[in-house]
Amino acid sequence: MIYRLVRFVDTRTGQAPLVKKLLRYVFPDHWSFLLGEIALYCFVVLVGTGVYLTFFFDASTHSVIYHGTYAPLQGQEMSQAYRSGLDLSFQTKAGLLMRQTHHWAADVFLVAITLHLLRVFFTGAFRKPREITYYAGVLMLVLALLEGFAGYSLVDDLLSGMGLVIAYSVVMSLPVFGANLALLIWHGPFPGTDAFQSRLYIAHVLLLPVAIGVLLLIHLLTIVFTHHSQFPGPRARESNVVGTPAWPGYAFRSFGLAFAVAAVLFLLGGLVQINPIWEWGPYHTAQSTNGAQPDWYLGWLIGALRLMPGWEPAAGDYTLIPNAFWGGALFPTIVFLFLFAWPSIERRFTGDHAYHHLLNRPRDVPWRTGVGVGLFVWVGMIFFAGSSDRLFVEMNIDYESQIYVYRALVFVVPLVAGWIAKRWCEELLRYEAHPLRPGGGRVRRTPSGGFEPADE
Amino acid sequence: MRGAPRLLPKWAAPRWAEIAVLWALLLAGAAAAGFIAVYALGADTQWLGLLLGLVFAFLAVAAIVTGKALVPQEQKEQERESLDHEREDLDIAVYVQEVGEGITRKRLLKRAAGAAGLTVVGALLVPLASCGPFLEAEQLRRMAWRSGRRLVDEYGKPLRAEDLAVGSMTPAYAEGVDRERLDASLIVVRLEADDVRLPEQRAGWAPSGILAYSKICTHAGCAVSMLRYPLYSPKVPRPALVCPCHYSTFDPATGGEVLFGPAGRPLPQLPIEVDGNGELRAAGRMSGPVGPSWWGVRQG
Amino acid sequence: MIRLALIAVVLALPATAAAEPSGRQLFVEGCSSCHGFDARGVPGKGPDVHGAGASAADFYLRTGRMPLDVPTGEQPLRGEPAYEERDIRALVGYIGSLGGPAVPKVHPEQGDLSEGQHAFTTYCAGCHQIMGEGGVVTGAVPPDLKEATPTQVAQAIRIGPYLMPAFDSRQIDERTLNSIALYVQHVVQRPPDRGGWGIGHIGPIPEGMIAWLLAGSALLLVARVIGERMDR
Repeated sequence: MIYRLVRFVDTRTGQAPLVKKLLRYVFPDHWSFLLGEIALYCFVVLVGTGVYLTFFFDASTHSVIYHGTYAPLQGQEMSQAYRSGLDLSFQTKAGLLMRQTHHWAADVFLVAITLHLLRVFFTGAFRKPREITYYAGVLMLVLALLEGFAGYSLVDDLLSGMGLVIAYSVVMSLPVFGANLALLIWHGPFPGTDAFQSRLYIAHVLLLPVAIGVLLLIHLLTIVFTHHSQFPGPRARESNVVGTPAWPGYAFRSFGLAFAVAAVLFLLGGLVQINPIWEWGPYHTAQSTNGAQPDWYLGWLIGALRLMPGWEPAAGDYTLIPNAFWGGALFPTIVFLFLFAWPSIERRFTGDHAYHHLLNRPRDVPWRTGVGVGLFVWVGMIFFAGSSDRLFVEMNIDYESQIYVYRALVFVVPLVAGWIAKRWCEELLRYEAHPLRPGGGRVRRTPSGGFEPADE
Repeated sequence: MRGAPRLLPKWAAPRWAEIAVLWALLLAGAAAAGFIAVYALGADTQWLGLLLGLVFAFLAVAAIVTGKALVPQEQKEQERESLDHEREDLDIAVYVQEVGEGITRKRLLKRAAGAAGLTVVGALLVPLASCGPFLEAEQLRRMAWRSGRRLVDEYGKPLRAEDLAVGSMTPAYAEGVDRERLDASLIVVRLEADDVRLPEQRAGWAPSGILAYSKICTHAGCAVSMLRYPLYSPKVPRPALVCPCHYSTFDPATGGEVLFGPAGRPLPQLPIEVDGNGELRAAGRMSGPVGPSWWGVRQG
Repeated sequence: MIRLALIAVVLALPATAAAEPSGRQLFVEGCSSCHGFDARGVPGKGPDVHGAGASAADFYLRTGRMPLDVPTGEQPLRGEPAYEERDIRALVGYIGSLGGPAVPKVHPEQGDLSEGQHAFTTYCAGCHQIMGEGGVVTGAVPPDLKEATPTQVAQAIRIGPYLMPAFDSRQIDERTLNSIALYVQHVVQRPPDRGGWGIGHIGPIPEGMIAWLLAGSALLLVARVIGERMDR
């Protein structure tokens, strides 16, 4: 049976040698290599649930009066988009499950990407020959952030609208051409027209997902071309790759991970409420709620917007750079420029143009680890500052004092953390290299994925 | 098939793994049947999620146990193929370049191609200018307010001066203007007339201490929906208008100056007057452009 | 236990009758250090309570916001009432006798839920957050409304405690007031969590925490199991 199928395909395509090779393709075993796979499967769930949602969602800002089943909004004026969001949550069987699962999948997608990025950065997996894979990955992160924000904004509830007007302000703040760009995107001054909603919709359901899909393909193809990197081990060398073959061992493991991702997302989607749009109510430009927040992965931007003192360079009476530019545009640009430039920066400083198929442990390159910890702690601190209003409501700490403290801390803490990380790595290396320690600094990988001193 | 060299090691699947996978598959099927039943019987979101989650959880167990115990396990070592083909790289470069062998005016042609390419790309991009008002930032300065336009409340009723208590906050709109426009909405507050300290050129803008400000924050465009008005306290700060997005804080007494937060320019103020019927009307134009700032916007 | 309580009640009855506390007396003991013996306030410590009315007294005492331990000008926060019922009544009676509005009568059942939602969004959500979870304003912490009774909602709207602006009946009429109270009762205090566990009704922050801590760690655990070899 299988033989006949293989025969059929091969005699029509001639690809049996390739298939054979792929079946025996080797995946090194380490749990940290699965983070990207988690993101991949989140993306699959996102596409599946997302397609389902498009069957019911109506992306139109056309104004309607609500006469659905949810009493607290009865008779209120709202957009068609928001009403269809309510209807698919309340009237469509399984609609709310799919909507919530979709939203959870987006949140977890970005969690997985972030963890994956950290793993790649601190193990030096971005080094030659994997730069293309790395750039595609960082670009996917940028697009995933935009894609998530577009989805958050589509529903046109109170949070959507408040998020969109902030996005509009950030676009407006871009030097010289910002105002014109914003008018183009929104089809006029905020809130724009129905045309804007169509653009947001097509971006969310077609342009961005397809762009992510194409990059994903590049990401995966370049991985196949270069083969996976691996941690040093008793058999692992620069010139080989050691691990489980795709078939059968790895394929089933990977299916297992895919199912586990789907399990977690559907369990969350059914049992833990996310973005209850009926509780936020419809958006009107003159309304707002305290403590409105973007989805977590944009929390670092709201933090930067909030922390920035009210500084706007001006020429005479005329503003040049509006304040929203610093936190909303410049800050993410710096962070992503750093991420994109890092492989080149590192190459320039080390003069290292060799192939690296063996990964570093974070301690192996103390200065890179130090710089990375500094950067991620910087972004992380600003991220936490963005939620300080909510997190400290209970503790009754004066908001203004918090902001003043954070303004200093976001620069001090990363420097200190980076320095500590570097020293820590150096100490670990020194400890390992001590001549009296067994192994004298050589380690080997244990079968379970950990490390132990290698006696030679 | 027969006679093909064996690739996998010999493997005897452990009994427990077979049983575990069997059970996991059966349970996944049962949960899936449950999902169908719940869907048919009213589709409670929690039950649907729980059951579908369990379906996948059991499938995950089945797949992982299969991958790790049921099928042959092996640790394979494979030599990497070289990624470096210097010889071919050279061949390709030379081959590609050979195309230009017979052409004499190579540079001229290259430039022509470049120029054509740029203009063609430009031509293809130009239609994007239809996406919105192109190079018409003037639209951002449009004003819903002109002298004499009435202020109406949330329910469309004209706002009357005598209805506004000291220390109150009232959202208001320009009568007859689309409320969703950023320049249409106001937040009207009334302070003790003695506490109002507007700049001289705004004399008469606040009859009886009634002040009207744009409701849209000059920082990031959210609705300024908070008024803090101290009932009593020796310590509490003065009255202020606060935006809930990034907590920009404006002083209504002094013409909307920024007291705290990221906003870079004051909240625009609308001069108002009380007409013969005691209703509030605009007495001129806003003190500055409404909404988030942009390059070249006037600060005042 | 029940017998003990009965005895206590019986014993307490004549005592209550005998020493019905006078509101004035309680005021002098508990309030006058800040509000003055004449209830006209002490500069820098506490305001004149003439004209505050029974409503304000009832609100501050029943929500435990008064008396303050130290008159620092800090925001009074909700807590357990410091006085028992009859003392509160006496104090409210005394302060009410100094003039001012009576305790408002609220009828949430006469309100309209959708109207309440809209009015709450318009007037209240900026500070108290759309689901009444409380929030932040520069200089104060607008409290959550999870325990506010309809009467207290109405009192707060009319009084404007601490930094809150007051809304009188010309702005928020009785019908709208009833509707807001209904919204607080029905949506804020009984959130319509059709999606499952409500995780605080404050939006993306707890959602992000679930995504990281719950989903993230569960999936890391699975990855750890998969990435490890069982054999050998």
